[in-house]
Amino acid sequence: MRDSAASRLEKGAPVRLDKVSFSYGEAPLVFDVEFAAAKITAIMGPSGSGKSTLLNLVAGFETPQSGRVLIGGADVSVEPPSMRPVSMVFQENNLFAHLTVAQNVGLGRSPSLRLTEADHAAITEALERTGLAGKEKRLPRELSGGERQRVALARVLVRDRPVLLLDEPFASLGPALRDDMLDMVAAVHAERGMTVLFVTHQPEDARRIGQNMVFLDDGLVAATGKADDFFAGAGPEAFRRYIGAST
Amino acid sequence: MQRATSDPRITAGIAALAAIALLIGGAFAGLLFEGVHDLSGAWAAFDPYLLRVVRFTLWQAALSALLSVVPALFVARALSRHPRFPGRAFILQLFAVPLALPAIVAALGILALYGRAGYFAGVIGGGSWPGIYGLSGILVAHVFFNLPLATRLFLEALQTIPTDQWRLASQLGMAARSAFRLIEWPTLRAALPGVAGLVFMLCITSFTIILTLGGGPAATTLEVGIYQALRFDFDPARAVTLTLLQIALTFIVMLALTRLGANVVGDTNLPVAQRRYLSVGGGETWLNAMLIVLALLFVVGPMAATVMAGLGADLDRLAGEATVRQATLTSVVLGFLSALLSVMLSLALTMARRALALNSRAGRKTLLEHAADTGASFVLVVPPIVVGAGWFLLLRHVGDVFAIAPVMVVTVNAVMAMPFALRAIRPAYDAASERHERLCAQLGIVGWNRLMLVDWPSLRRPLATAFAFAMALSLGDLGVIALFGSDSVQTLPYLLLARMGSYRTEDAAGLALLLGLVCLSLIVAAHWLGREKLRDA
Amino acid sequence: MRTLLYALVSAAAVVLAGPALAKDKLTVYTYESFTADWGPGPVVKKEFEAECGCDVEFVSVADGVALLNRVRLEGASTKADIVLGLDTNLTADAKASGLFAPHGPVTDVNVPGGWSDDTFVPFDYGYFAVVYDTEKLKTPPKSLKELVEGSADDKIVIQDPRTSTPGLGLLLWVKSVYGDKAPEAWAKLKAKVLTVTPGWSEAYGLFTKGEAPMVLSYTTSPAYHMVAENTERYQAASFEEGEYLQIEVAGITTTGAKNPLAAEFMAFMTGPKFQDAIPETNWMFPAGKTDKPLNPAFGKLVKPTKTLLFSSEEVAANRKAWVDEWLAVMSK
Repeated sequence: MRDSAASRLEKGAPVRLDKVSFSYGEAPLVFDVEFAAAKITAIMGPSGSGKSTLLNLVAGFETPQSGRVLIGGADVSVEPPSMRPVSMVFQENNLFAHLTVAQNVGLGRSPSLRLTEADHAAITEALERTGLAGKEKRLPRELSGGERQRVALARVLVRDRPVLLLDEPFASLGPALRDDMLDMVAAVHAERGMTVLFVTHQPEDARRIGQNMVFLDDGLVAATGKADDFFAGAGPEAFRRYIGAST
Repeated sequence: MQRATSDPRITAGIAALAAIALLIGGAFAGLLFEGVHDLSGAWAAFDPYLLRVVRFTLWQAALSALLSVVPALFVARALSRHPRFPGRAFILQLFAVPLALPAIVAALGILALYGRAGYFAGVIGGGSWPGIYGLSGILVAHVFFNLPLATRLFLEALQTIPTDQWRLASQLGMAARSAFRLIEWPTLRAALPGVAGLVFMLCITSFTIILTLGGGPAATTLEVGIYQALRFDFDPARAVTLTLLQIALTFIVMLALTRLGANVVGDTNLPVAQRRYLSVGGGETWLNAMLIVLALLFVVGPMAATVMAGLGADLDRLAGEATVRQATLTSVVLGFLSALLSVMLSLALTMARRALALNSRAGRKTLLEHAADTGASFVLVVPPIVVGAGWFLLLRHVGDVFAIAPVMVVTVNAVMAMPFALRAIRPAYDAASERHERLCAQLGIVGWNRLMLVDWPSLRRPLATAFAFAMALSLGDLGVIALFGSDSVQTLPYLLLARMGSYRTEDAAGLALLLGLVCLSLIVAAHWLGREKLRDA
Repeated sequence: MRTLLYALVSAAAVVLAGPALAKDKLTVYTYESFTADWGPGPVVKKEFEAECGCDVEFVSVADGVALLNRVRLEGASTKADIVLGLDTNLTADAKASGLFAPHGPVTDVNVPGGWSDDTFVPFDYGYFAVVYDTEKLKTPPKSLKELVEGSADDKIVIQDPRTSTPGLGLLLWVKSVYGDKAPEAWAKLKAKVLTVTPGWSEAYGLFTKGEAPMVLSYTTSPAYHMVAENTERYQAASFEEGEYLQIEVAGITTTGAKNPLAAEFMAFMTGPKFQDAIPETNWMFPAGKTDKPLNPAFGKLVKPTKTLLFSSEEVAANRKAWVDEWLAVMSK
């Protein structure tokens, strides 16, 4: 897997949804948008606007009914999730409850857990990097919520894919802890330079690490731009209403 | 869609379905091939008597289902509202035993209680008690088998109610009645048609109970006709005709139940220990305790009678007999293999069904999905003797038919136990898949890796349950072994019947006790193993 | 875990391997209680093996009906040289299957009514009888008529003629006594029938448990209780009209026709070494010459005043119609 063509892409590949349409049997969602390479793009929008669906389409959990998903210029529309140059951190269930911290991270290297010396070294390093040193043998239930998400981030590090999808991964954490986690994401991004798509409900999260902004409304991309501009009041009316209503 | 077909889980499911279809289809082919010389039996099957048989078959099955399922609703509810009822876990394990008992053992146990010479007659005053032969006897026996089963299934359904709902109910001060109406009933209602369907299918194929307790040919079922056609008349065409009729009738009933929202395989979940936020009133506690005790007495009565009769036998001598030891070993080995096969087939079907469901979340169910879903449970209404005889006819030209006897016993029992194994495995697998599906897809954990790293740990417990249940069911089998049994392949139930057939009633009672104990210890072991494994997971 | 698995696998291998092969072998298919430890099988095997210097292999199935079906299922490729344990109600069907060969000359066969059949040879016989519990029933019926017309309070357990040989025996018994009036007789008898079981085992089990004071069994059943359990509690009722006869026979299959041991066994079967074993192991009357006198218990058994028997051709021709007739009455 590590040697697949996908993961040898340049760091920070651009992600493009080319007239992608998708529907759960109700009103169709249509996405036509490009996410800049090596940038952190915050994706915001009201509930039901299609944020998670957009990430699922990029990750490969859903297949577009029409249109193409391009990562680094390559059409990955029908590639299975594990073959795409993508890592994703979910809101919950990022870990297998019966596997240890080290094993959960190791799965990022080998889906059969057949690990080489180099793999073990990478795992140890990633755990140190995420502040989990000494907790290798723990089971997820022995960790706090923040620590569990750190394990997921450690796995992102060992997987080392050019695109990182974050689906509200810190929504259930307290403010201080959330800030720590966001800073860790920013630090990892600074080091690895991957393209990050970050779905969040919290404007302060987007402001803290978001460089770009994509605002979704009612299944469509309503606006795109620099995050700073959005927060400076240059965003569309819908965005301002959304911010106002949610804070 | 490209991904859908390459998912190894679907391949495994297709292989399992193909194996089942081959087993049943091959048997029919064998019988038809032989019966085609003389098709008169197929037409002769439709005699005036048949209509009466069909009517009675359906009537007794419907009544049995009703009488098993309705009380089970309340017993399950009572058990669910008293998580710390004394001996609750053991009661539930006892409730798993009846289904595994050979029908003749259960029938004699029931008669020891309610028969003309039973304990009950002794209490009432000898002579006046008419016994329970006829429809009443059939119903008592069927309820004895199925009330505990239905109770367990309903209880599993009730335990899927999220803890939060109970917290909410208790905060809102819901009384027992409104909690039942608003929380428990919707869940039970969803499980009801599936459970009723399963009980109905088990009763429609009843044979020994019907003949022994039914009192006469007025109470007779299609299964008796099939048995007669193969055993006495050797009329394969007639046997196939009657079997197809039985399947068609069951199908119609199941279709009707599906209209009521049935899922024949059931969507019930694995029982998980929950903290309950319940305040049960004093009056209700009394009522519930009464319900539980009554159900327990009803189920334990015939079992206790079996134990009493068994203790009267010369157990030391029996245990020392080489034949008994050999039969026990044979039973255990055949039961083990058939449980293994049953669990593997069920797991394959469960995985395929889930994978298919994920692929067509928005779309309509495909034929394959239906087959993996409910098709498997229809094997329950194919009489084992039909499968056995069909394969015997098919294979006799090929090689040594003796050699296939154990293979037949293992395979047929494995398939017959599937509907139960599926019930244990599927909810757990679906729940685990709900948690793990995206993560596995993302990390590329598929096939064998996924089975060993991800599925096995979360499925160990339900697999152990399914295994023990399937093994207990196979241990009690007399359907296939009746056709294939010989002195080279003797199982415990077969030996039991043989002893009865040579005036050795006491030996038979001793063997019944032995068989019951093996089944009970299997169920207890499964429970215990499942819990142990979970702890170190 | 690994050793357990190993044990299971090797045990499975033993179970699956089946009977071992040997030279100069005679394969006899028979029913279960014949080969049981307490049945005639072990003695017969020992005696014949000593005489022929060969190996005898018994393959046993549940009962006579299962036996015929086993052979029919296996067809011409059957391994059986000898099929032992059919009764005269099955021989016509057995002959029609074309799987049996005529036997050689037979001497010393002694069954009521004599014997002449080119395919099957009798090895024992018995009479169907109503067996009753003397502690429950003080005045047993003295005739089939008394049984049919007696009080409905004295119940009897019978077997289903569709699934069991004694059940068919009673059907034929009633037919041979009542003829065309059989349906009327059944209509009366029905009130006394507690239940109709699938086989003899279930019926006799209910009887000894005390569910009913009477059961359809054999005149020889009391001998078992007298000899093995030392009790005279269970007795057979003697009927004025006579008792219906069951003759158990053996035949050589088309496979066995090629094995010289088969004919040798048939001759042995009617001889004293085989016949001596029959009474107290199979609880039937010997059909050939014995060396030992019968156990005195057999002297106390009911002696039929008249023997009733339909020819196997009559049974084969009418069984379906008679069973349907029975069903029509009993299912009302």
